[in-house]
Amino acid sequence: MAPVRGDGMRGLAVFISDIRNCKSKEAEVKRINKELANIRSKFKGDKTLDGYQKKKYVCKLLFIFLLGHDIDFGHMEAVNLLSSNKYSEKQIGYLFISVLVNTNSDLIRLIIQSIKNDLQSRNPVHVNLALQCIANIGSRDMAESFSNEIPKLLVSGDTMDVVKQSAALCLLRLFRSSPDIIPGGEWTSRIIHLLNDQHMGVVTAATSLIDALVKRNPDEYKGCVNLAVSRLSRIVTASYTDLQDYTYYFVPAPWLSVKLLRLLQNYNPVTEEAGVRARLNETLETILNKAQEPPKSKKVQHSNAKNAVLFEAINLIIHSDSEPNLLVRACNQLGQFLSNRETNLRYLALESMCHLATSEFSHEEVKKHQEVVILSMKMEKDVSVRQMAVDLLYAMCDRGNAEEIVQEMLNYLETADYSIREEMVLKVAILAEKYATDYTWYVDVILNLIRIAGDYVSEEVWYRVIQIVINREEVQGYAAKTVFEALQAPACHENMVKVGGYILGEFGNLIAGDSRSAPLVQFKLLHSKYHLCSPMTRALLLSTYIKFINLFPEIRTNIQEVFRQHSNLRSADAELQQRASEYLQLSIVASTDVLATVLEEMPSFPERESSILAVLKKKKPGRVPENEIRESKSPAPTSITQNNTHVNHSNKLNSNANADLLGLSTPPANNINNLSNNSNSTLIDVLGDIYGNNNAAAVYNTKKFLFKNNGVLFENEMLQIGVKSEFRQNLGRLGLFYGNKTQVPLTNFNPVLQWNAEEGLKLNVQMKAVEPTLEAGAQIQQLLTAECIEDYADAPTIDISFRYNGTQQKFSIKLPLTVNKFFEPTEMNAESFFARWKNLSGEQQRAQKVFKAAQPLDLPGARNKLMGFGMQLLDQVDPNPDNMVCAGIIHTQSQQVGCLLRLEPNKQAQMFRLTIRASKETVTREICDLLSDQF
Amino acid sequence: MMLFMLLFSRQGKLRLQKWYMAYPDKTKKKITRELVTTILARKPKMCSFLEWKDCKIVYKRYASLYFCCAIEQNDNELLTLEIIHRYVELLDKYFGSVCELDIIFNFEKAYFILDELLIGGEIQETSKKNVLKAIASQDLLQEDEAVEGTLRDIGLL
Repeated sequence: MAPVRGDGMRGLAVFISDIRNCKSKEAEVKRINKELANIRSKFKGDKTLDGYQKKKYVCKLLFIFLLGHDIDFGHMEAVNLLSSNKYSEKQIGYLFISVLVNTNSDLIRLIIQSIKNDLQSRNPVHVNLALQCIANIGSRDMAESFSNEIPKLLVSGDTMDVVKQSAALCLLRLFRSSPDIIPGGEWTSRIIHLLNDQHMGVVTAATSLIDALVKRNPDEYKGCVNLAVSRLSRIVTASYTDLQDYTYYFVPAPWLSVKLLRLLQNYNPVTEEAGVRARLNETLETILNKAQEPPKSKKVQHSNAKNAVLFEAINLIIHSDSEPNLLVRACNQLGQFLSNRETNLRYLALESMCHLATSEFSHEEVKKHQEVVILSMKMEKDVSVRQMAVDLLYAMCDRGNAEEIVQEMLNYLETADYSIREEMVLKVAILAEKYATDYTWYVDVILNLIRIAGDYVSEEVWYRVIQIVINREEVQGYAAKTVFEALQAPACHENMVKVGGYILGEFGNLIAGDSRSAPLVQFKLLHSKYHLCSPMTRALLLSTYIKFINLFPEIRTNIQEVFRQHSNLRSADAELQQRASEYLQLSIVASTDVLATVLEEMPSFPERESSILAVLKKKKPGRVPENEIRESKSPAPTSITQNNTHVNHSNKLNSNANADLLGLSTPPANNINNLSNNSNSTLIDVLGDIYGNNNAAAVYNTKKFLFKNNGVLFENEMLQIGVKSEFRQNLGRLGLFYGNKTQVPLTNFNPVLQWNAEEGLKLNVQMKAVEPTLEAGAQIQQLLTAECIEDYADAPTIDISFRYNGTQQKFSIKLPLTVNKFFEPTEMNAESFFARWKNLSGEQQRAQKVFKAAQPLDLPGARNKLMGFGMQLLDQVDPNPDNMVCAGIIHTQSQQVGCLLRLEPNKQAQMFRLTIRASKETVTREICDLLSDQF
Repeated sequence: MMLFMLLFSRQGKLRLQKWYMAYPDKTKKKITRELVTTILARKPKMCSFLEWKDCKIVYKRYASLYFCCAIEQNDNELLTLEIIHRYVELLDKYFGSVCELDIIFNFEKAYFILDELLIGGEIQETSKKNVLKAIASQDLLQEDEAVEGTLRDIGLL
């Protein structure tokens, strides 16, 4: 170990050695406790303690803290060190504070005073120490106290470069906690012009700051684009000797280059000016060219730095998505990386290609690498790389390669890591559904999924295959035959039994003609699995059996025997017992006619969504893999047009999935509800086209129902929908009033609730049926009840469809059933409010948004809204009379969630800051999302 | 923006921690525990990047020490590796072929050097020369004070 310069602390080194020499954890703890006692007594008793000793003890405390022990004293001594006139003591004081003092400490005032003094110092070393400390703590108090000094330091001509660098980043840190710290006006251009500074270090720091400012206010800082492009161009064309110490392993200023490339990604298009655009494209080309040059060094640092710039340039190219030539070149470059020996590069190339696959210009180009990607999925040693390959296959999949990709994914699934199986199953299911031109293929794929990875096939997946089979007549016979074959396997997954049971119960008759799958054979096959299954599956099978009695009267006695079995008729499971005894009676008492009516084929499912996609999105928040080619922004696509000419019905399906990805609840393309039994697919498709045109007229604003319970929910020239609602605890009742505004009856009138099963577990909504005809000028009422079981996000929608003058109409309307309806207002005084507020300071308990006011800032309006929101608006609690604070409790069946709110207007900036604190993370986020941008 | 940096040994002992976001102490301990276990379990040839919660982890091993950084989704992974490398170079230059013990016994120096390299999770100075210059001027101040102190002690000042 080399001797260290500066002044060492012997006592500290001895203590550290002691700790290292401890033979056991217990000995270490003992030694530490002894030291803590010693330091405590020194701090308490010894008034003559000099600066050096204080420094030494504070340092020991720090070391003890870093070992993982809690430190609850010494803060005051550390603060004392700040005002020492010895730099070494001051520095340790600052270190202790940045490591150990949290933002809402009482000591902050004292600390701020010391920082103020040091900021005034003429020695840049002192100033920087102060700036670093501000940045390390970065609290609002800091922002308030230094909102004048720091911007001045940043742009002043007298400030030394090293101080400017620190000031830029310090300001950035404060801006992140208090966005209003940045002065506007003339400051904007002064800050932007830091991009032209002589000193590369200053530019590097300033670019980070400007990037954050641009994100908040792109228009105001638009001037930075030209400067950034020309700076970048100069760096890229510089030789590595030009930039001296800012060249890193023969790469000129990689950090600054990457930051500038990131900065430009805030704009799209990056620039409107042809000249600047040309220069930027030239620069990007140069970066791509350099990637082809032989390396200037064999060191990994050289290639990392060079490729870091390259990847960021490719990100910008993808982001702009307007230069086919660059996109194709980027894709070729990444293709080379796919077989590089560096795992890191392969990983990043796969990741980047996922984005390229969604651009129409490079989609085809990405597909050329399909084989290599498949190999990566199979052969990579690192699961995260394999996972990335799966993501890419998913992204590059289209109608042309779907069968092959799905097959490869299925093959791989047999040996895939457990950690990625569930996600792969979802992806295969989505791709198979989306690109199925032939639904027999779809059925095969899903049954294979269940066979290979049954445990990972979620309910959504097997529900979905049943929905699709029910809705598509042409595939029903095939599905029945295939499940029948699949069930022959000696060990077959319970999910297969469920799908098999359901499908045979509905369509077993379609294969009953073949003696190999005669009714009794089907029944015996299913029943051979019965005893191995869970009660839920058994219940499903019992339903299948009663359907069999209707389909195949000849096996009635065999089935009645099963119903009569002791284990069913007297089952401990109430559901099984009830089914067995009711089905038995039904089979004995009911006439054939009654039986046939009761056990009629199931009605078609409304085809709205692929709920599987929602599951996938939920599994991967923040990184939703995409499988959609983006629409072009510029010149018409030439290469991929064949993608748009699919067979009709699958095209519909595709557009559905498309809408889902965008998060819009567009109506289904082909809803076969309410049509006659012999559903005819061409008819459906014709209707499908009509649906597309007629839903734009909707004039309604459901957001306003956040703040009120009654009013007109929707109105167009045909229909008016009013709503009245009341809520108590976790229960709610809604009345919907449909008024026909036209002179003719609206027929086939059918509101359908859209609230999937999973969401239904959180908010249980029951809707009474309504008459299918709404007479001219008449009004009908529909009652809904809602029970909040657990907090939930968003609100249910209803799809309303009807025929008006022979044309089918369809709308989707969000119900005013957001979670805030279950608020109970809570009165409290300032003291208890702030006590609770402080208690709810965990990361997951807080959410904050800053947003522009709907012009002009309307405080009484905001108060009114808050009063309607359901929480108690508390007056005389916040010291600032403009601020609004509220408290309330959300009632759910499972728990009560306390929730606090604070809304702070900034009149000058015409902005609001909204803070929510609640004892449950999901509630915090949802309330914050509901309210942001509402004032 | 970098969210935090952790240095830990092959035995899983934390040697340095720097947090650029305000997390409660409990969360910090939890994150540290989870990451140390995850990373120590990874094999040498594996990718240096991993998806973790809503951020990305970039790590690299130098001798017996692991350097591990968390960055935001759209941050540049490769360049984060080079931030780590630059930090190692700086430590190496300052201590003269640095080893784990240097960082244990001079943890405060390791912090001071890091503060010159990164502020608020963003790179402040990429020039090795300039960072070393800043550290040298800190040391110079300390040495002057030390000399002054000695002179005062022996009554010469």
